[in-house]
Amino acid sequence: MSGMDTITPLAPGTSTRSPPPRVRRISGLSDRAVVWLFIAPTMFLLLAINIFPLIWAIRLSFTGFMANLPRPLGFIGIDNYVDILTDEDIWTNFQVTAHFVFWTIVLQVLIGLALALLINQKFRGHSFWTTVILLPMMLSPAVVGNFWTLLLQPQIGPFNYFIGFFTGAAPSSFTMIGSVSLAPWTIVMVNTWMWTPYVMLICLAGLRSIPEYIYEAAEVDRASSLRQFWSITLPMVTPFLMLAVLFQAIQSFEMFDLVNLLTSGGPGSTTELVSITLKRAAFEKWQTGYASALAVILFVTVFGAANIYVKLLNKVKQQ
Amino acid sequence: MVKSLSFAGLIAAGLVAAAPLSAHAEGKSLTMCWAAWDPANALVELDKDFTKATGIEMKHEFVPWTSYADHFINLLNSRSAECDLIIGDSQWIGGAAENKWYVKLNDFFEKNKISMDSFLPATVVGYAEWPKDTPNYWGLPAMADAVGWTYRKDWFAKPDLRAEFKAKYNRELEPPKTWDELIEVSKFFTGKEIDGKKVYGSYIFTERGSEGITMGVTNAMYNYGFDYMDAKKPYHMEGIVNSAGAAKGMDVYKELFDCCQPKGLTNAYMQEGLDAFKSGEVAMQMNWYAFFPGLAKDPQVGGDKIGFFKNPAGPTGQFTQLGGQGLSVVAASKDVDDALLYVKWFAQADVQQKWTDLGGASASKAVLMSDAYKKSAPYAPSFVESMGMVKDFWAEPLYVPLLLDMQNRVHDYVVANKGTSQQALDALVKDWKKVFKQEGKDPS
Repeated sequence: MSGMDTITPLAPGTSTRSPPPRVRRISGLSDRAVVWLFIAPTMFLLLAINIFPLIWAIRLSFTGFMANLPRPLGFIGIDNYVDILTDEDIWTNFQVTAHFVFWTIVLQVLIGLALALLINQKFRGHSFWTTVILLPMMLSPAVVGNFWTLLLQPQIGPFNYFIGFFTGAAPSSFTMIGSVSLAPWTIVMVNTWMWTPYVMLICLAGLRSIPEYIYEAAEVDRASSLRQFWSITLPMVTPFLMLAVLFQAIQSFEMFDLVNLLTSGGPGSTTELVSITLKRAAFEKWQTGYASALAVILFVTVFGAANIYVKLLNKVKQQ
Repeated sequence: MVKSLSFAGLIAAGLVAAAPLSAHAEGKSLTMCWAAWDPANALVELDKDFTKATGIEMKHEFVPWTSYADHFINLLNSRSAECDLIIGDSQWIGGAAENKWYVKLNDFFEKNKISMDSFLPATVVGYAEWPKDTPNYWGLPAMADAVGWTYRKDWFAKPDLRAEFKAKYNRELEPPKTWDELIEVSKFFTGKEIDGKKVYGSYIFTERGSEGITMGVTNAMYNYGFDYMDAKKPYHMEGIVNSAGAAKGMDVYKELFDCCQPKGLTNAYMQEGLDAFKSGEVAMQMNWYAFFPGLAKDPQVGGDKIGFFKNPAGPTGQFTQLGGQGLSVVAASKDVDDALLYVKWFAQADVQQKWTDLGGASASKAVLMSDAYKKSAPYAPSFVESMGMVKDFWAEPLYVPLLLDMQNRVHDYVVANKGTSQQALDALVKDWKKVFKQEGKDPS
């Protein structure tokens, strides 16, 4: 007599039925329906917040609509695009933006990597200094803008006194945010001050991900510190650096609040980034159609550049 | 004492005159919208009398100047009933009339015997009429204002400075009467050490974001031949806006900025000017008369230390930039009748007098042209003269793009040294033509 013989048979009809999935038991919906149920709110929000406004903005970009006047949309074809692309002032603003993005990234990457290499070392007060370095990026851009406006004030701001102390120049004899030649560099400086810690954090993550045994092997091979940096550290941190460049390029390209508070785009138009031009067209001049066309151009520019860059990043990663 | 007695008398007279108004039920309220600044506080005081007279409670919504236009134009455009009454900027009148944001007041004025002849002509054109120079009224002149100048009377009186100035320019050191003199005096003071501090000659408007530099530069340009359009050919601007005289006026403003503006004040408007003057940084300051009552009483620079003068003349005339606002009834208000009742009350002669006494600035001829007013404050005589020589910016429905275009072109040239004044004005004409075409008006 086998053990099987001792099992009491189940009631007819019950032994062949597998237990139904819990969800199906609760709602009577199919698996596919449950999947849709879960993603539908997200899809709805995505459509409502991102896709619909995008389509609406594209539509408005072909009109002469002004949101502050009760007028019909007025289809004008590609006039807004022609106006923008043939406007010398807009091209100047693109140049200003390019200058800002380029130098911001160069400085943030160089200083961020240097700080990450420093913070990656063990030294006394390590945690304290890490916190101090991270502070600027934790502040609101509105606070940073107002704070630096005061610091850079020629009559009472300590920045001019600091420069004057080292150069001998009278503190009130120059102005950083009011000078045509200095203002573009001032916005680069303040943005670099604020966002370098972010680049540093990404670089630090890269540095910490490099296995220690690679350096030990290099030590055995008697590779110098410089050689280790060029042959191990830099290549292995590069994908992280490229990611930081991508994030910061997008962030700098769409920069508005900080620069608007510091210079409002002035003096003249010397620091008028495209995002400020867009805001002025959309919410000061209320040229909604024109501003939509500019927004579409910006979107295509950033989206296209980011796509090319991501492909490049993937290639680097594969290497 | 005499003044307080006369206040009491005025209040009593006001109450008597307003007796028919008091028939209104209690529990009602009206919301008055305006900018947040000194005269708004005076209005709050004044409105207590309206509540006493009518039982209608007055609520106030005051918004800082930086967001004043954006905030209220959005409210008006969205047909919001948040404001029952609004003291709106002179430039809004075109848009407000054409889009029916305000209640047209002609019939109401006629019925209640409110005559526009009792107000200064420039304020009627500036704050009430649309189209301009036609008897179509959308507001009651409420707050008269214009650009004027303050100077440090105590510095001008210093014997050593007076002697030095006379030796250098062969004339007395006095408040400037022309723009040439203004530049001369500004240059004279710039770099001088006074009361232990290095000072600058003058402060002028340079703000870029809203209206500042335009409200400043026009004070020079008007007096060198600038105008907005050909008087005989509406919206024709070529050769008028960008005339040689207009360009010269812009050059003069730039010269004053380059020589004598305190460093760093490259994006500065009303408050920065007040700060520079109060802190003893400048000898002369351009600003709106609305601030002068406060400055005249300032413990640091007021009293005997301050003097006032009207905008200096140029080779083609003497004009100054109009400021100020009119009182209008919001068409979307749910209490239009009560709001009109307020306008009727506000238009009364005694209320206008009290409005000025409290620190507002009535546009009533009876108040402003009286000898009592001219003697009431050191700035009063030049204010009255200034209100007789005002010019205003465009008040078209699309005034915002017109204003921002001028802001950009002027700031680019004056502050950022971009191109020449002629190039800036040529570009401005091009910008403005584009806006007018958009508005369906022929700028050719």
